[in-house]
Amino acid sequence: MQPDTAHAGTRSENRFRAESGAPALTAASRRGWRIAAFARDRAAFAAALFLLLIAGLALLAPFISPYDPAAADNLLRYAPPGTAGHLLGTDAQGRDMLSRLFWGGRVSLTVGVVPVMLASAVGLLLGLLAGTAGGWTDQVIMRTLDVLFAFPMVLLAIAIAGVLRPGLWTEIIAIAVVLIPYVGRLARTATLSVASMPFIEAARAAGATRTALLLRYVTPGVLPPLLVYATTLIGLMIVVGSGLSFLGLGVQPPASDWGAMVSEGRVVLRRAPHATVLPGLVIVVVSLAFSFLGDGLRDALDPRSRRR
Amino acid sequence: MDVPRLPEFDDVVLEVKDLVTVVTVAGKEVRLVDRVSLALRRGHTTAIVGESGSGKTMTAMSLLRLLEPPVRVASGTVRYLGQDLLALTERQMADVRGARIAMVFQDPLTSLNPVLRIGFQIAETLRAHRKMTRAEAEHRAVELLRRVGVPDPETRAMDYPHHFSGGMRQRVLIASAISCDPEVIIADEPTTALDVTVQAKILHLLDDLRQETKASLLLITHDLGVVAAMADDVAVMYAGRVVEQADVDTLFHAPRHPYTRALLTCAINLEDDRHSVLEPIPGAPPDPAQRPSGCPFHPRCPDAVPDCRRIDPPLEAVSRRQSVACIVVQRAMADA
Repeated sequence: MQPDTAHAGTRSENRFRAESGAPALTAASRRGWRIAAFARDRAAFAAALFLLLIAGLALLAPFISPYDPAAADNLLRYAPPGTAGHLLGTDAQGRDMLSRLFWGGRVSLTVGVVPVMLASAVGLLLGLLAGTAGGWTDQVIMRTLDVLFAFPMVLLAIAIAGVLRPGLWTEIIAIAVVLIPYVGRLARTATLSVASMPFIEAARAAGATRTALLLRYVTPGVLPPLLVYATTLIGLMIVVGSGLSFLGLGVQPPASDWGAMVSEGRVVLRRAPHATVLPGLVIVVVSLAFSFLGDGLRDALDPRSRRR
Repeated sequence: MDVPRLPEFDDVVLEVKDLVTVVTVAGKEVRLVDRVSLALRRGHTTAIVGESGSGKTMTAMSLLRLLEPPVRVASGTVRYLGQDLLALTERQMADVRGARIAMVFQDPLTSLNPVLRIGFQIAETLRAHRKMTRAEAEHRAVELLRRVGVPDPETRAMDYPHHFSGGMRQRVLIASAISCDPEVIIADEPTTALDVTVQAKILHLLDDLRQETKASLLLITHDLGVVAAMADDVAVMYAGRVVEQADVDTLFHAPRHPYTRALLTCAINLEDDRHSVLEPIPGAPPDPAQRPSGCPFHPRCPDAVPDCRRIDPPLEAVSRRQSVACIVVQRAMADA
């Protein structure tokens, strides 16, 4: 036990030390303090900054793209990176790679983030319900999820996307549905393990109602692992989304995401490797950044893992 | 059945009558708590002693209705200031827990939420029962921490449970328990998980708080030394039953039930400077599912008579201060 060293940095924010009887620091400062803990983790912090940058670029694509991403210049095909006017070169149809990466980021990030958020919300609810209700409710929810589980992830997404009309929302819905069993199962397991902790019983003995137990004791214990899992899933889903585009089930040309760019470039891999390698690299680096972010969040959210 | 009553029960805060708690295993009901009756007097300490598995904790959990299926209270009443707690709705019961009847658990290491700050956790109990702003509750939490002897409470309120030693955590749990000025404090083996050196301090703290707040303390323990030091009234439990009930002096100086006497013989007497040999009680407590017929203690009892195998002895008063559930004792008293 080393409270002095462990908490040297937090003393100044002590909201219990208010002499006036009105401790000033509230939820906002608690959050600020967690961000501070997070910032100490260099890799995660760098990953977060990088992802913010990428998101910013994608968001600003209409304003910062040097060319229309769909505008083909037949006189300037397969231009390598560094060509005058085309920083990252052009693809097989003479479209500007940089502009296409900016625009593709909008789709890829949306496909990574939105389904994971949807699936997390639904999965959390189902997991909490199954984990706390038990009995029949639990059985019905979990067996239904098991059925979804039985399909390989990508295959199920393909099936769903195939039944609906191809497009961005189809892709989002397909990925979200596929993820629900994964998130739901994690949420249920976390709920069970938190709900069986003696401090839950202690809280009950102290007069917490069932609702209060669920909202204030169980859910806060379930959220951190879920958040960490969701963050790493985002990276993975960018890849899965790319795969769906690759198969023609995602966004339709001329719009494209990073995965579609890889797919299109593949045909001319020998002639213009940059058309494949660049979007591929972007996918790898962004996915990695989400993983680092997830690891950092896990450490920052668990007070026990803070040892510095 | 003649309900045994403790002497001078002038001001009974919590009265348990014929409490039966069962667990359903494979369609069969097994009694974990068997017709237990207790009366907690205001400002006094009642101890429940017994071996592991004798139903002490189950009794406490039944009082607060903390049992989860397949365990449930089958019959009996638990009256808190005349009101039957077993008849309350779950919502009403939540208002009683922590506010009127508080509990201190055995294991302070796991009874605190590891991811919440100490001050916040105490404040949470307050806010569950009192109309208080978060700021007020947290301010009060610091006062409570100071009251239970946590040094530098303003700083420590910001710490997490893992920053505290076992003894300090138990102080935190006690602070949380007394936060709403409960009239009954149930302490379930409050010192079992602690170092010997810390145990006495925690017990003193509980005793001080009881005197200060005029709360009744229900102390669950297997430590006869703790009973002698702390208790006013004692109930000895064996196999889910109260086998003897008396005030502390009577119990230690004139134990009647063979089980109580055996317990006292196998406790170490430090004042006895001879190398006395500890006398264990032969055998082991029965499995609740395979309770012997008649008196549950008869297979291990040195005084058992043939009738003990047949007759399940009721707890009957043998004097103004003492009740015993043993036909041998009851017959001897009747003859005398």
